Amino acid sequence: MTRTKHSRLPKSDALIPVLMILPSLIAIAIFVYGFIAWTGYISLTDWNTLVRNLDFVGLSNYAFLFQDFRFQSDLRNTVVFTILFIVATIGFGLLLAMLVDRRIRAEALFRNIFIFPMALSFIVTGVVWQWILNPTTGVNLILQALGAAKGHLPKWYISTSIVPGISGGQIELGIPIALIAVVIATVWQMSGFAMAMYLAGLRGISDELKEAARVDGASEWTVFRRIILPQLHPITGSLVIMLTHISLKIFDLIYAMTGPGAMFVTDVPGVYMFETTFRGNHYAQGAAIAMIMLLLVSLLIIPYLKSSLKEGAS
Amino acid sequence: MTTKLVKRALLYLVLISFALLFLVPIYVLLTTSLKGNNEVTLDQMWAFPSQIDLSGYKLAFSKLFPHLGNSFLLTIPATILSALLGSMNGYVLSKWAFRGSNTLFGLMLFGMFIPYQSILIPLIQFMQDIHLYNSIPGLILIHVIYGLPICTLMFRNFYVAIPTEVLEAAKIDGTGFFGIYRHIIVPLSITGFVVVGIWQFTNIWNEFLFAVTMTTQKQQPIMVALQNLSGSQIVQWNVQMAGALLAALPTLLVYILLGRYFIRGLLAGSIKG
Repeated sequence: MTRTKHSRLPKSDALIPVLMILPSLIAIAIFVYGFIAWTGYISLTDWNTLVRNLDFVGLSNYAFLFQDFRFQSDLRNTVVFTILFIVATIGFGLLLAMLVDRRIRAEALFRNIFIFPMALSFIVTGVVWQWILNPTTGVNLILQALGAAKGHLPKWYISTSIVPGISGGQIELGIPIALIAVVIATVWQMSGFAMAMYLAGLRGISDELKEAARVDGASEWTVFRRIILPQLHPITGSLVIMLTHISLKIFDLIYAMTGPGAMFVTDVPGVYMFETTFRGNHYAQGAAIAMIMLLLVSLLIIPYLKSSLKEGAS
Repeated sequence: MTTKLVKRALLYLVLISFALLFLVPIYVLLTTSLKGNNEVTLDQMWAFPSQIDLSGYKLAFSKLFPHLGNSFLLTIPATILSALLGSMNGYVLSKWAFRGSNTLFGLMLFGMFIPYQSILIPLIQFMQDIHLYNSIPGLILIHVIYGLPICTLMFRNFYVAIPTEVLEAAKIDGTGFFGIYRHIIVPLSITGFVVVGIWQFTNIWNEFLFAVTMTTQKQQPIMVALQNLSGSQIVQWNVQMAGALLAALPTLLVYILLGRYFIRGLLAGSIKG
């Protein structure tokens, strides 16, 4: 961002820009900050019935959640899902970008095919992938045709196993296998985004630098690791932040594709919040889940916003 | 020479396989949706329909039609309004920065990252209080307000690229805040409006959380109706797939026709612009 010079207009005129942006600022102040404060307050009350009850109960809703089997499962699932989703999306996105960036024919066509799922709703994605990964049909039919024994076919999102399944109090710790089905659907939807970001970055790396290294006898792998990857670091950083915050908030896809799952193997805080608030009328508990989600997102986003804006202003 | 040729062939082979893999869901959507009830059995999922049967589409369309209408009535005004507001805000923040404006911009941007669950309960109460709960105008208001950060960000980054000298010259000529906006900024913003417009259209069309919590029955936008359709166990897969395709069609068409601008929007979402 280039810093704009302040205009030298009479004082009365200098007020106009402020007045023009004021309605938006007031709207954000109320609808974002005011409502967050109100949600925070609700999370400290006893409003867990349809009738509003704003008796102050301190942190008891939070205490309940951290002892709750479902919420503990949600936290485990969020950690597992975030890691799998980010590694797979970024890895696959980078691979696609490297392939597309090789001066190929019909580059635009390939790019468009890899990005088009981004234009779809998570709901559509959920509905379609629920069908493709349905254990009694879909991909399993192909695996069967390829010779997989019927008893050994993956159960996809129906699976209740958690690997390795170390006991961690009430819940089992490990990777819920059912989440892998969700990861496949999200990677299909989001890796085009990672590819587009990386392609923009790859276009910025000078060919001379790569050529010079090749002339010096560096292998393609060395060129990739020593020259290309380091220059893509800032993009990887942005991607990790954008994708993590999407993963922390994820709701629609899981709600449409699998729901909470048996033993909550595919449940996430977004789904729990929605169900407990709007299906169970546990408003205070829902508010507490929402505040925890907000806290996690804030820990990630606030430093990112601060550094981006500081960088931009200088 | 030959190794180079082999490498090249291998590259295309990999690219084409990935492309086909990406299109599998579209194949499944199309073939399943065109099958008749007798053909949508689990064991024939991958088979081509033996004849084109539109009964799935007929049923899906009759169930979803009013909701497609709702979504258009919601998405178009919300897109236009949020783009206009975003443009004005972006103009102020990029060309008329005032003391503290950068901080205010940061506070505004935070609004696009929050999980909307954290404002949902008060928002519902508020919409009920102003009698806009369960209405399309209510959803328009919500999408305009929560679309402010991203629209402002995109326009601000777009306007930063317009040289300040052009504006300075106009100011010396006595052109004021609105004159500059109308005669210099707006004519240069056409691409900006297309990018932001496509971005907002796609996002609002596809949005689910606000839609499902703010509306019931008749007022529901398309994505909620689709979720209800697929959530009811009695509905056949061909109807579900036809419904999913109908729901996806508007944004898919926009992507096919104007994909270039959609991708620009995608990249503009990162703050540095």
